[in-house]
Amino acid sequence: MNNLLNIDNLYVKVGEKEILKGLSLQINKGETHVIMGPNGAGKSTLANAILNNPEYKKTDGNVEFEGENINNLSTDKIARKGVFMSFQLPQEIPGISVLNFLKFAKGKIENKPVKIFEFRDTVNKYAEELNINPKMLERNLNVGFSGGEKKKNEILQMLVLNPKLAILDETDSGLDVDAVKTVSKGIGMYKNNDNAVLVITHNMRILESLNVDYVHILVDGKIAKTGGPELIKEIEKEGFKKYKTTEP
Amino acid sequence: MSKTKIDEINRNVYDIKNADNYDFKMEKGLNKQIVEEISKQKNEPEWMKKIRLNALETYNNLELPTWGPDLSDLNMDDLATYVRPKSKLNENWEDVPEEIRQTFDRLGIPEAEKKSLSGVGAQYDSEVVYHSIKEDLLKQGVIYTDMETAVRDYPEIVKEHFMKCVPVTDHKFVALHAAVWSGGSFVYVPKNVKVDIPLQSYFRLNSPESGQFEHTLIIVDEGASLHFIEGCSAPKYNKVNLHAGCVELYVKDNAYLRYSTIENWSKNMMNLNTKKAIVGKNAQMDWVTGSFGSRVSMLYPLSILNGEGAKTEYTGITFAGKDQNLDTGFKVIHNAEHTSSVINSKSISKDGGACTYRALVRVNKNAKKSKCSVSCESLMLDDISRSDTIPVNDIRTNDVEFSHEAKIGKISDKEIFYLMSRGLSEEDSRAMIVRGFAYPISKELPVEYAVEMNNLINLELERKHRINFND
Repeated sequence: MNNLLNIDNLYVKVGEKEILKGLSLQINKGETHVIMGPNGAGKSTLANAILNNPEYKKTDGNVEFEGENINNLSTDKIARKGVFMSFQLPQEIPGISVLNFLKFAKGKIENKPVKIFEFRDTVNKYAEELNINPKMLERNLNVGFSGGEKKKNEILQMLVLNPKLAILDETDSGLDVDAVKTVSKGIGMYKNNDNAVLVITHNMRILESLNVDYVHILVDGKIAKTGGPELIKEIEKEGFKKYKTTEP
Repeated sequence: MSKTKIDEINRNVYDIKNADNYDFKMEKGLNKQIVEEISKQKNEPEWMKKIRLNALETYNNLELPTWGPDLSDLNMDDLATYVRPKSKLNENWEDVPEEIRQTFDRLGIPEAEKKSLSGVGAQYDSEVVYHSIKEDLLKQGVIYTDMETAVRDYPEIVKEHFMKCVPVTDHKFVALHAAVWSGGSFVYVPKNVKVDIPLQSYFRLNSPESGQFEHTLIIVDEGASLHFIEGCSAPKYNKVNLHAGCVELYVKDNAYLRYSTIENWSKNMMNLNTKKAIVGKNAQMDWVTGSFGSRVSMLYPLSILNGEGAKTEYTGITFAGKDQNLDTGFKVIHNAEHTSSVINSKSISKDGGACTYRALVRVNKNAKKSKCSVSCESLMLDDISRSDTIPVNDIRTNDVEFSHEAKIGKISDKEIFYLMSRGLSEEDSRAMIVRGFAYPISKELPVEYAVEMNNLINLELERKHRINFND
């Protein structure tokens, strides 16, 4: 089966506020999707809803992954099915090093013990590619990391955990040009014909070096338009104005 | 998302009780005859007997504290103050009676002794049953023995220091301690001798309806250094047991002492312990404390920074579960110029447990140019648990750097979601966060104890299986 993610007519509330209002989206293996949209359109809500963050309540519609309904599956089980999310604001977890955390998480995702030497080599290799100081692997997870270090660490986790679908929620925000390039490079290393990427952004820079297949314009909780990479140029020139039905 | 299920914990090895086989068990209660009988059983010199009897009078004249946890369940008429085990003091584990030896085997004491200690004391009920010290320390003049031997062999040192750091009149349970004390360790480290490998004393209370009143007296002479580790545990009984130990520490000029404690009493224990240190010029006193067990704890170690440039650091963690009221904290008195203190306290409460951080920082007028920084953090794992912070800051000079930071929090849903998005179950995520919270303390403990503390946290959080994030 080629289809990975299938979202059908999804409605999501945060507190009392309805954020997603009938969103549909399909992602197949081998594809790179981009979601763009103005602030408050529901981009991060979509990412959180896919991972079933309990703060985001689905009131209607379905999320399927590889043909299975994952609406109410717990976040850890969704992760173990192969869905990964890179966070806008990764949490700081004291008391465990990046390397030990990755090893623990990898063991959980693959449901088998990790061979430490092999694993360490793999992590070191990716870290080098991402210009990550090897000392960072020994530091506590995200504790005292700069914004750039946190984002690179998210990409490192993506590479190591090797999911089927990687959702990158504004991974490029707040990064300088070089860091954005590193993040793009990481995505390039990860991507192959059997997996897929969903990039959430309102920044064009990161898209320059990616082979984007589909671009979706998310406005007011719905996909207002889907097209190819040419949409990126359009948005760059004209913004989202013509897609807005109501003022935010 | 389902809530983490937390059952009554399985304390496994700590809870294995032996039959109450004693050589001598004092009748319950507390009066002059009983105190005299303890002294007689111990074949003590007259001066010690006098200290005991005076202390008993002080005890009778003092009131119970009017603050802190409820102590009304404690009735001295129900407790035996002296229980002599069926064992003399031994220098070889082989000579310790099997049942007692097995207890310490299970607690891992002889094994730790081989691997990472340079001396061990093991107390069972009221008496020390085993004591050892490495040959090279003996040659350097280090003394490490039980208190009874010290009273007999080093009366002058004991007279000069016993109940001098902690005055008998301090509070009711100190007076009680001085009247009925038994067992404990005596350490003397001569000038400029560095004891690189720790000494450890372990206190095990097996006998039901009894009290343990060990006395620890440590003198680290000028320029010397020592790391001393204290461990304690008891199996659970239905009736109240009492622990009212006393620790007196003398850290002379330019000396260093680190005093680490892992306290894992059972939940019928009233732990009313007193610990103080007098710290000399340019000397340093570090405390590392983990309090896990007991029904009620009232424990506030004190450093008195008496010499210019004296330093102290306190690193402590308290973990209160169901039916536990742990009232702990740290006290420091800055009593000379250029003294400094760093206080780092953490507490975790769950299942209706209560943690109180009760502390005192006093900077005397003469303690100019001193520094003090206090940080206390609490983590509550549910909505029915309690956490209170009651700091008293008594600063009597303007020429001082003082900072105080207090945080009370819960595990955030954001952290849980982040970890679960990486494939960790909710239980694993919680345990990882709690262990991370405790990490600044556990990293200060000797390795075996850090492992023990992590296991205790796992035991507290999850009964069925242990999680080892770092293996």
